[in-house]
Amino acid sequence: MEEFIKALRASEVRVSPAEAIDAHRALMEVGYGDRTLVRDTLCITLAKSEVEVDRFDEVFDAFFSRDAFRPESRSAPAGEDGAPSGAAESPSDLPLAQMLLEGDTISLNQAMEAAARRARSTDVRLNTQRNLLSRRILDEMGLRELEELIQRLREMGMPRDDALADRLAERREALFEEASRFVDRQMMLYASETGRRMRETLLGQTKLTGVEPEDMRQMEALVKRMAKRLATRYARKRHRADKGKLDVRKTIRKSMGYGGIPFNIVWKSETIEKPKIVAIVDVSRSVAAAAQFMLLFLYSLNEVIEKLEAFAFSDRLIRVGDILENEDLDSAIPSIIKKIGMRPTDYGRALVDFTELHRADLDRHTTVIILGDGRSNYSNPRLDIMREISRRARAVIWLNPEPETYWGQGDSRMDQYKRFCSVAKVCNTLNQLERIIEDVLRTYMPR
Amino acid sequence: MTVQLTKTPVADSPLASVEAIISGLAGCGYIASRRIATALFMAQHLSKPVLVEGVAGVGKTELAIATSTLLDLPLIRMQCYEGLDESKALYEWKYGKQLLYTQILKDRMGESLAGAATMEAAMDRLHGMGDMFFSEPFMEPRPILKALQSENGCVLLIDEIDKSDEAFEAFLLEVLSAFQASIPEIGTIKAKIAPLVFLTSNNVRDLGDALKRRCLHLHIPLPDASLEERIVATRVPGVEARLTRELVAFVQSLREIELRKVPSISETVDWARALVLLHAGALSTDVVRETLNVLLKYEQDIVAIEPKLNELLGRAAEVSGGE
Repeated sequence: MEEFIKALRASEVRVSPAEAIDAHRALMEVGYGDRTLVRDTLCITLAKSEVEVDRFDEVFDAFFSRDAFRPESRSAPAGEDGAPSGAAESPSDLPLAQMLLEGDTISLNQAMEAAARRARSTDVRLNTQRNLLSRRILDEMGLRELEELIQRLREMGMPRDDALADRLAERREALFEEASRFVDRQMMLYASETGRRMRETLLGQTKLTGVEPEDMRQMEALVKRMAKRLATRYARKRHRADKGKLDVRKTIRKSMGYGGIPFNIVWKSETIEKPKIVAIVDVSRSVAAAAQFMLLFLYSLNEVIEKLEAFAFSDRLIRVGDILENEDLDSAIPSIIKKIGMRPTDYGRALVDFTELHRADLDRHTTVIILGDGRSNYSNPRLDIMREISRRARAVIWLNPEPETYWGQGDSRMDQYKRFCSVAKVCNTLNQLERIIEDVLRTYMPR
Repeated sequence: MTVQLTKTPVADSPLASVEAIISGLAGCGYIASRRIATALFMAQHLSKPVLVEGVAGVGKTELAIATSTLLDLPLIRMQCYEGLDESKALYEWKYGKQLLYTQILKDRMGESLAGAATMEAAMDRLHGMGDMFFSEPFMEPRPILKALQSENGCVLLIDEIDKSDEAFEAFLLEVLSAFQASIPEIGTIKAKIAPLVFLTSNNVRDLGDALKRRCLHLHIPLPDASLEERIVATRVPGVEARLTRELVAFVQSLREIELRKVPSISETVDWARALVLLHAGALSTDVVRETLNVLLKYEQDIVAIEPKLNELLGRAAEVSGGE
């Protein structure tokens, strides 16, 4: 049971200890007799969403399909040519040989499970451990002794012993196969989790500009999950706006002091400001690699936050909210880049465009997030507009993929822009991005 | 945590075994799969709420209703929506009566405090009078409190929990895990008999892990053909077996097409009813076209299906006309 839960966790079905206890209690109610009943019971107590139900079914099938020793090993009964009485060596001295000859699949299974436990098969993590592990399991089962026995039987030279040796050798091959299949199953059950998590951890720390193409998919998934996580936290904060209803309970409470006459009327209104996020993303050539992820992040954020205004710019600035809204992920990002990206940057121009498009909506409920390197190709940085934005907005947050020592070097105007930002931070890994955005939501969102 | 709660006697209850539940629910007009029955069985024996998920119209709410009929217990239903709070879900004070009470209290005050010589004595006496203001007689029970207070147990249906906000979800946790509710002015109210709780969700938003952890989880999928035929046969008495097979085959084929909203069981049942009302013995293209709006709820879907109608019907007739 413990092993099964471990396997479930490995395939991303989250099982808390309390749920495990529930499952135990449930099984005590129904017993182990009926496979479907056991399966349904466990499913109901352990899998907690549609996706998890599917995963559960998969794991259940994989986990409980261990009676896989093929029947042909059973087909030849051991007593067929009698016990090799004349031989000095008897296979019956060796439990493994005995089991193989008798085709005793149940004992073989049990022996393999036990050997696997001794060989710590559930700790298997990496693909490369596979052969080593199956070898270790076989050793634990007594493979070496078996081979010595076969060797000795052959040396005896008696035809009967030879035949026996052949049969043992043949079964040994089957055993090899069985062991490697067993290890495969173990890999599937226990290892997928850790390997994936390891890659994810690494990806979280990789520079956004240095992500390998084959990791992109996974990165996308990571970004999405992150945006989701942030959004749930953020959604919790803006809650119930003004309702303007009489709060009878509080009014009465207050009126107690005046003998039940409601002097103080309490209204149910908790006025909560509706926060807005404006995100401006630099998609120009200089930040091309990072822009991909910024847009990805923007896209995911757009899916979960209602009031998000999104802009992208290189030399000019456009509103990209519609594209994010209407196209799916695979086409949205390329179409934004095609529309506006990969040109030399002009921050001044972009800021002018921004004020034209959006100045009126910029108020003290708005948080502006700018993602860019602040490299403006020596054009006028229009710090005046930046000042204006920072004055009007609740907060301006600038995330720069370049390390801080580069700020202000060459055509970078970051050191100047920095002054008008509530926060200006380096952000070139996914982990940093998440941490910063989370800070932003926590600090600058009205609650 | 549930040890103190008296369970309903199990031996002769309709929930004694999974098979008994299946046949019992069938008697109430609900055809349950094994997994549904197992969930119900576990809910009863572990005293845990069941979280029922599935697309709209697969019979989530219906399950709770059928269960209450089966157990002959009252069904207390609470529809969730955004902004639902404890004063609507748990309890509310009877403000009018409370006001009257304070009036009476004021009138009586002079009398009862008349003999008191000093202020302290008067206060002592006041404290001695007992505080009626916040007490059970002044409480207006709402669905959850009603469910906790019911004498013989009941079935509590918390419908569409995903529509409520997260604060409410958190508020439910105490009720769901310990079958008790804390009322600040009074204290904790425990259930006399743990109610059988169903929560339904359409996955409008993801529910919190804390909530999920406290519940058994039941996902009701769209049924396969044979199950759906049995459901239609039970829910729509006058329908012929041949027509049932045909219409179920048709609906099943619709589900394979990418539609905005695929028809679920309730639509199938409605459609079957409509066909019976129209005295349609078999599916003809005209009848189907006229009644398609019962099955498909979006104009785009209807437009998408209409050109394929003949082909789909032909296939449905093939599948069903095997004998």
